[in-house]
Amino acid sequence: MNTIKKAKSAINVFTRNWANFVIKFKWPVLLATLILALGLGSQGNMEFDGDYHVFFSKSNPELEAFDALQEKYTKDDNVVIVLSPSNGNIFTKENLTAIEALTAESWNTPYSSRVDAVTNFQHTSAVGDDLYVDDLSYESSLKTEAEILEIKEKALKEPLLVNRLINQAGSVAAVNITVRLPGEDINEIPGEVTPFIRNMISDFKEKHPNFQVHTSGLIPMNTAFFESSMNDMGLTMIMLFIVIITTFILTRNIWSTLATLVVVMFSIMSAMGFVGLMDIKMTPPSAVFPTMILTLAVADSIHILVTMLQKMRKDGLNKVDALKESMRLNFMPVFITSLTTVIGFLTMNFGDVPPFWDLGNITAFGMVMAFLYSTTVLPALMAIFPVKSKVKKEAVKEPKNWYTSLGNYVVKQPVRLTIISFLVIGGLTYLATKNTFNDEFINYFDETVQFRTDTDYIRDNLTGIYNIEYSIGSGESGGINNPEYLKHLNAFEDWLNDQPEVIHVNAFSEVARRVNRSMHGDDESFYRIPDNRDEAAQYLLLYELSLPFGLDLNNQINVDKSETRVTVTVDNIKSADMIAFSKKGEDWLRNNTPKPMHAMGVSPTLMFSKLGFRQADSMFKGNIIALILISLVLMLALKNFKLGLLSIIPNVTPVLVGFGIWTLYKAQINTGMVIVFGMTLGIIVDDTVHFMSKFLRARRELGYDAKQAVVYAFETVGKALVTTTIVLLAGFAVLSTSSFALNSYMARITVIIILAALIIDFILLPSLLILTSRKEEAVEKVKVGQIAFDK
Amino acid sequence: MKKIILILTVLITLGIQAQTPEEHGLQIAKAAEQADLGFNSSTVNLKMTLKNKNGQTSERSLTTKTLELTEDGDKSLIVFNSPKDVKGTSTLTFTHKVGSDDQWLYLPSIKRVKRISSNNKSGPFVGSEFAYEDLSSQEVEKYTYKFIEEKGSLLVVEQDPVDPKSGYTRRLVTYNKDKGYRFEKVEFYDRKNALLKTLVYSNYKLYKNKFWRASTFIMKNHQSNKETILNFSDYNFDANLSEEDFTQVALKRS
Repeated sequence: MNTIKKAKSAINVFTRNWANFVIKFKWPVLLATLILALGLGSQGNMEFDGDYHVFFSKSNPELEAFDALQEKYTKDDNVVIVLSPSNGNIFTKENLTAIEALTAESWNTPYSSRVDAVTNFQHTSAVGDDLYVDDLSYESSLKTEAEILEIKEKALKEPLLVNRLINQAGSVAAVNITVRLPGEDINEIPGEVTPFIRNMISDFKEKHPNFQVHTSGLIPMNTAFFESSMNDMGLTMIMLFIVIITTFILTRNIWSTLATLVVVMFSIMSAMGFVGLMDIKMTPPSAVFPTMILTLAVADSIHILVTMLQKMRKDGLNKVDALKESMRLNFMPVFITSLTTVIGFLTMNFGDVPPFWDLGNITAFGMVMAFLYSTTVLPALMAIFPVKSKVKKEAVKEPKNWYTSLGNYVVKQPVRLTIISFLVIGGLTYLATKNTFNDEFINYFDETVQFRTDTDYIRDNLTGIYNIEYSIGSGESGGINNPEYLKHLNAFEDWLNDQPEVIHVNAFSEVARRVNRSMHGDDESFYRIPDNRDEAAQYLLLYELSLPFGLDLNNQINVDKSETRVTVTVDNIKSADMIAFSKKGEDWLRNNTPKPMHAMGVSPTLMFSKLGFRQADSMFKGNIIALILISLVLMLALKNFKLGLLSIIPNVTPVLVGFGIWTLYKAQINTGMVIVFGMTLGIIVDDTVHFMSKFLRARRELGYDAKQAVVYAFETVGKALVTTTIVLLAGFAVLSTSSFALNSYMARITVIIILAALIIDFILLPSLLILTSRKEEAVEKVKVGQIAFDK
Repeated sequence: MKKIILILTVLITLGIQAQTPEEHGLQIAKAAEQADLGFNSSTVNLKMTLKNKNGQTSERSLTTKTLELTEDGDKSLIVFNSPKDVKGTSTLTFTHKVGSDDQWLYLPSIKRVKRISSNNKSGPFVGSEFAYEDLSSQEVEKYTYKFIEEKGSLLVVEQDPVDPKSGYTRRLVTYNKDKGYRFEKVEFYDRKNALLKTLVYSNYKLYKNKFWRASTFIMKNHQSNKETILNFSDYNFDANLSEEDFTQVALKRS
């Protein structure tokens, strides 16, 4: 006890000296913090990275497998431009000419390596002993009606086109531009490819107003990521506005509002400097950091200012004394809550999704700086500003407030409230387990984002957006021409086509069949795998010699001709179904083909599908560590082991409640929500700290019994807890309006958790405090308590 | 007198400079053609090594026969020796100074000669980084020219393909005027005028005291980071081939 007291007085001396120093040297302190903030801010450099690769860590096995596949063949980022003519028929001279022109213009797309469309499809035909491989519709403007009809017939029979570049009815067609980005400059997509595509499409629409145009693909997705980062950063302004209003309402003082604004602005400037110095690229999840910092930093300032103004208004202290007293009272709580928040955000580093590492680190740095500015520039400014306040006597209003009533209500029935709470929490915890992961990346964007609506249109009218790829080996150089290999590949292609979720299959076996048919005078009975290897190899050689620039088979066959790539387009299915489907394909290969043909399914779709599971696995350890660390901080802060342990209940249960309610709301969770445990733990623990510390103070210093101490805690910190909860709710409510689901879902569940935390801290925590204290005081203190209450 | 010489010198210099870059470029191309004139026919063995970004390689081996023609483009016959499953497959090409080339392929597996649709000449040659148009006979008429610069003995000329189906907007060819106007380097620009590939010639040898032939061609694709290396060996300028060696009948025999 002695050492604790010593420590406590040491802290008291330290905080008093700190306050005195800051107030005495207010001008130098202001100048120093200004230089620090401006200095860091000047290093700020906001660059946005929309590449979907940012969501995957370097060691992510799905990413490694996918990159390996892309290096074996070609790296394919794409833009799909989908054209729907108003007459509902692609096959008219005007429409084909328009598509042909758009295809030709698409070759000028920066970094484009390939353009596929109905018109330039390399159609194979036999004329006598000649093999003709040519554009399906070349110089369409010169075609006759009969020729166009013939083109239509060929196109709608072509398995490589139907459900990929044209729909079955022939009313919607696509131009697919493959782009090979060097990946050297972050501006390649937003600065070069996207503007080019947008210009090209607007020119096209002007010339051909009868076409509806929709775009999707990996490049537009990257653009959507990029633009949603910028939009979410724009939420900062709304939050800033809310901060100003909230601070003004709570403090009813223009100078405090101004000082708070300086603190949060300095914190954000410093965090931006951190971003620049660490060379962090903004991504949708990390771009919300200014709003996060605003939300969390403002609480520090409000605590200090509210106490100071209270001391001036109620206790009639002069400005400097009130400021010093407020600093003394709030320094430790603000320090501890900042510390737990920082710990909570740093746990994001345990995850497997780099943008959340950035979010965690930037916000943690911002919180450290917010603590620093709240305890330096804030008091310095308040000392400088001519803050005046009338002393108000509100003695009449004081004792019977809402919080006291709530406290009295709780202490009357702790057992009942505990049981009810545990029943509700238990039920919701059960529900929480019913959530399933779904990281369908199209659904990351809500319907306000054009990428989402365009993609949905394409899904409904032409083809799927999700795919899985298998690189299927033959085990020997040149082995893809082995009829055994081709027959197995063909069987795999057929099996895939029979699966209900499959929309389109692109496999080399189709090329082998098609060329074989053309080599036999277009005889349909030869639409099968060639009989022997030499034939297959020589047909392929002939076919390859006949292909034009950019339309070769290098995207499908590796250099050694030992492996080919199978691309399966599937319907929009949930992450879990996607993983199951990919597995089903892998199993089929294992059961039906020789060993070299066994392959793993890979694709960006699959990478996203597995991301949530991977993140949850890796965050598990981080969350446990956060819980232990934060509980330790609490034990030290409260100087009580038992209460530190007890605090785990009100700190953990809000998350369970949150996910339980989420099951009733959406029942689908995404990668963004995995981080909320650690993050909200760091935030909601503040409520527990404040409540428990006031409870303990009442017991230790004022000698109250448990029930009285609970009522005292309600009276003293009830309002502060509600206030900070409102600020936090406002901040996360602003974030929940994001059009990007990783952010909006995370923010929405955080809103639920923070609200649940407050309710639990007001109902369950006090009940538990009373129940656990009962044993000790059962005998002797009952009377005392009774007396005190009767008074 | 001195004055007159000076004026003459100025006039001559001006006269040379009055030549447009286009004329200068064409002049260089013609000089290169001239320098290589008269080899009649040649045979050479060729090993083609394809490399992808990871350094995985794949090899093909071929034999090429060329017959020099002056009134029209050269004729050539390429025979595949490996991989095994295409051994004996051969192509016969008649290049034309104007218009598309003619090309036939002999497939030993079905013992038939197939004519290849002649529109597409810009695709990769057997999966390599060489397009057919990079390997075919370099006829002067297939390009328009523009002289770019002179660096010592090296002359850089821009060449724009005449064929609208070419995969390139232009190529930049570096000639070595002191070594019989041989090619040192070619840079290929794709349809959107971005640098696509660079071809570097090395290990030149002088045959018959007149004909420079590089033993190594290295073609690097800057966009895909793939690479193809050609190694030529056993050049033979004494084969005395004739038109009969470049017919569809000869194609089946080879």
